[in-house]
Amino acid sequence: MPHSVSSNDLPEQDGDDILPDAPPAEIASDSGKEESDVENRKMGIKLEDMFSDDEEDQDFPHSNVNIESSPPPDAVPTSVPTPSKIDTDAMLAFYQRLFPFRSIFQWLNHGIIPSSDFRNREFALTLQNDAYLRYQSYATADQFSKEILKINPSRFEIGPEYNANPRDRKTLRGGQLKPVSKELVFDIDLTDYDDVRTCCAKANICEKCWAFVTMAIEVVDTALRDDFGFEHIMWVYSGRRGAHAWVCDQRARQLPDDRRRAIASYLEIVRGGDKSGKRVNLKRPLHPHISRSLDILKPYFARTTLVDQDAFLSSEQAERLLALLPDKTLNDALRKKWESAPDRPSASKWTDIDALAKAGISSTLNPTALKDAKLDIVLEYTYPRLDSEVSKKMIHLLKSPFVVHPGTGRVCVPIDGRHPEEFNPLTVPTVTELLSEIDAWDANQHSQNVPADAMDGEGSIANDSDARGARKLQDFEKTSLKPYIDRFRSFIAGLIKAEKSNKRERGEEETASGPDAMEF
Amino acid sequence: MIRQPIHRRIDPKRRANLDHKKQQFATPTYKQQEYPNRLNFYDVPPTAEITLEQFEQWAIDRLKGMMLIAKTILVTNSRIIVLAEIETCSYRNKTPEETEAHINPLLQKNLPLFANTSSAAGASDQKLKDERQKDHYSHFILRLAFSATEDLQRRFVRAETMLFKFRFQKDDSRERRAFIESLNLDWQAVGEDERLELGDSLLNATPGGRRLDRLDEEPWYKVDWERVPELVERRAVYLKKGKAYVPAREQLSVILAEFTARLERALKLTSRALPRLDEDDRLTPILNHLSKNFGSAESVYSEDEGVIEGAPITAASIDHLSQHFPLCMRSLHTTLRKNGHLKHFGRLQYTLFLKGIGLSLEDCLIFWRQAFRGYTDDEFNSKLRYNVRHAYGDVGGDANRRGRGYPPYSCQRILNDTGPGTGQTHGCPYRHFSVDNLISLLQSTGVHDKDVLRGVREDVEKTRYHIACNRVFEWANKADIKRVKEDGTWSQSDLDTIVHPNTYFKRSYLLKNLGNPPKDEK
Ligand SMILES: [Zn+2]
Repeated sequence: MPHSVSSNDLPEQDGDDILPDAPPAEIASDSGKEESDVENRKMGIKLEDMFSDDEEDQDFPHSNVNIESSPPPDAVPTSVPTPSKIDTDAMLAFYQRLFPFRSIFQWLNHGIIPSSDFRNREFALTLQNDAYLRYQSYATADQFSKEILKINPSRFEIGPEYNANPRDRKTLRGGQLKPVSKELVFDIDLTDYDDVRTCCAKANICEKCWAFVTMAIEVVDTALRDDFGFEHIMWVYSGRRGAHAWVCDQRARQLPDDRRRAIASYLEIVRGGDKSGKRVNLKRPLHPHISRSLDILKPYFARTTLVDQDAFLSSEQAERLLALLPDKTLNDALRKKWESAPDRPSASKWTDIDALAKAGISSTLNPTALKDAKLDIVLEYTYPRLDSEVSKKMIHLLKSPFVVHPGTGRVCVPIDGRHPEEFNPLTVPTVTELLSEIDAWDANQHSQNVPADAMDGEGSIANDSDARGARKLQDFEKTSLKPYIDRFRSFIAGLIKAEKSNKRERGEEETASGPDAMEF
Repeated sequence: MIRQPIHRRIDPKRRANLDHKKQQFATPTYKQQEYPNRLNFYDVPPTAEITLEQFEQWAIDRLKGMMLIAKTILVTNSRIIVLAEIETCSYRNKTPEETEAHINPLLQKNLPLFANTSSAAGASDQKLKDERQKDHYSHFILRLAFSATEDLQRRFVRAETMLFKFRFQKDDSRERRAFIESLNLDWQAVGEDERLELGDSLLNATPGGRRLDRLDEEPWYKVDWERVPELVERRAVYLKKGKAYVPAREQLSVILAEFTARLERALKLTSRALPRLDEDDRLTPILNHLSKNFGSAESVYSEDEGVIEGAPITAASIDHLSQHFPLCMRSLHTTLRKNGHLKHFGRLQYTLFLKGIGLSLEDCLIFWRQAFRGYTDDEFNSKLRYNVRHAYGDVGGDANRRGRGYPPYSCQRILNDTGPGTGQTHGCPYRHFSVDNLISLLQSTGVHDKDVLRGVREDVEKTRYHIACNRVFEWANKADIKRVKEDGTWSQSDLDTIVHPNTYFKRSYLLKNLGNPPKDEK
């Protein structure tokens, strides 16, 4: 598998990360569709959300230029994963042997005994034929895995916990099904950086531009912990060109939409679209969140923006830089200097600003305004760009961790939020790689005359010891998925521990009794 | 402060007297309420001993009694007038001072609410009691009328919160403090040590923080950040491990948030009781009448208002008609033609507008199909077709409620919704474009007049986006406006400030094509 995530030559069928609140497309007969829409209306889903398929089509080759600039599909190396072309058998094998159903259950259930936290949680499944099945829910981990195996979806999303079982929505009076809890989520997508990254565009990424995601994780994670006091934050690779954060603290899960909006807006600094001109406009003195973010981002600006992206190289790019600087005389001098040296690298141009300013080239120059403008530029080129709509609504669905991205075949694995720089999206295993890793391990064992554990049903189910007394490996342990699942499990352990002490404080600790208690 | 408790309890003899007077207005099952404070958080229905859910019944009883209808309508109408004006001021981007100058006389006339200090008898003064009761009753009756749709709920909450804020700021400071104390907010004082330790972070996070600190008068408090969402949203408060550090004067923000949150919750509860009310033939018209009276910028537009009977509006004529479009729609149209693509919020805004000018669903589908020229039929059908039909109400919703889908967006809606992000084109160019990009967009549509462009710059600077848009409209149609004014075919009200993109289109179209006043077209 080459380390390429390229797919710009193929119609993108998947929205990468953000999955709409409602069916993205007309998939069934009108009557069937209307029925599901009736439900949407009752659920209070608005028209805006019905239109939210946009993330799907933004990469769509809607102009001929786009198509001509790419090789025709049959020139693509065969090993590049094609959208929705992951073998359904491979998907099924993945769910059977590797998908951590039990861990996902514990994560959403906040404990071992099945509770309404899990029971009333919505899952939305995208089937192999791209049909979209909302309001699924499962009583137990077993039922969860059985139903997923039965349907074998290409991927699925996780929505909120409701006040009742979402499957019962038809028997409830209109508008009676209400979301009551969901993780606070964030979405970072590299397409939002297309005006500041030069190495790739659209759905493509490389290690150079992944740095934008890394710095975003660092800034957002720090703010969520230090400012808002959240502790249980899980970052997950979205499978192609971005990352999601799941803030799982109980306090975060219960936030109503206006509080979610407040956080999203607190974190949002780069505003406006392509026509908005200067997109960072901040009052002075800078809020401590911004000063701290600048401390994090300055080294990234020096490395990523100035060197890796060389973001001010062309004269057009340099003009955009000048447009963000406050002094006309200084700008004229800089322009003149750069015109005489067309290939002058961005790092030199950046230092030229202060050099010429210090040389006293402009009598009108206000040094404070210049300093402020430069900090604004650092932010405009590096500060996290969050898709805030995803964060603002409890009802929003987000792709589950550990599902497979249909476009790339890569698994949506957790990222260590404390060390995001160690994560390389290009080395994340794909479903086919993982399956062959199991085969290779088993073949190796077989050649050493050890019986292969053909009876393994599910990745995360612990098996009994084998005949020799040693613990039999689960399938995921034979693959490069192991470190990711280990990370997920330790995250869940921390979350459940906190949940228990919360409950103890409130005097409502669950009593472990009956057969359920033995389930784990 | 000392005076108040003395008057809080009413002499039993006087109360009997009061009850007698009020008997026609409150059946004996409902306890009369007292109003020690001028301000009211409206936590308790006018009937202290019933639950919030039961209060609908109370309101029905009030409204059913023939004698009371007139009185109730009178009181609630007064409140509606005030709320509608508040909404209009907010929509017109009036400054706080302008709003105050406008609203104050209205309040005095329609909904007076005097402080305890205004009367020697304080809170037990009968006149004050009556005012407060009127305020209380009218609020609760309007809750019924405005819980019907989410849109009405949103507007009601917004206007009521602004009314509360307005009164709160004008309140006598001592009475305000007494009111705040009655709310039992949980504020934890920040110790001197901690304040010094936080130092600059605290001051930099808080607007005006340095001045405040020098004055050294106001104490700082820490509260869970969730209690000050408005400060968090504006990044105007210091946050540390989930606590917000708030100077005392920011109490207003906390109290407003609390007011809004409680009212939103209450309206949701009330809306669940509405199906029961629908069954009552006598009540429904009254409630509908009340909510219709909330006529302001947003509601003056009726569904068919943008449609011009007999005008040839087809998929093929949109290019030609776009000369009559307001800048927001023209910009969307141009982008669509240039890129063969629009992102979803742009599509939504534009589709609803096209529906509003009378483009049929069939033609609208043809229009979008042709516009997305890089799409195959399958791609179009799977990605776009449903959205367009949904906007027209052709699919989605249950058949009874579906009606004609969603109404076209008003300027207010477009201005207040989330603005465009990277690659997006929806919104209002006057608000969401940089001034330079706005000016070059205007120039590309043929607006070169220096005075107009300078006027637009000034309007935009003062955040009077709709004034800027109207300015351009008036300039572009100058000669025709002069003509219809002079020959008297159009009245002044036909030329009111435009607050809806579809009104913009219709007026421009009629001025250029027919010269007939809009009313002739209905
Ligand atoms: Zn790249």
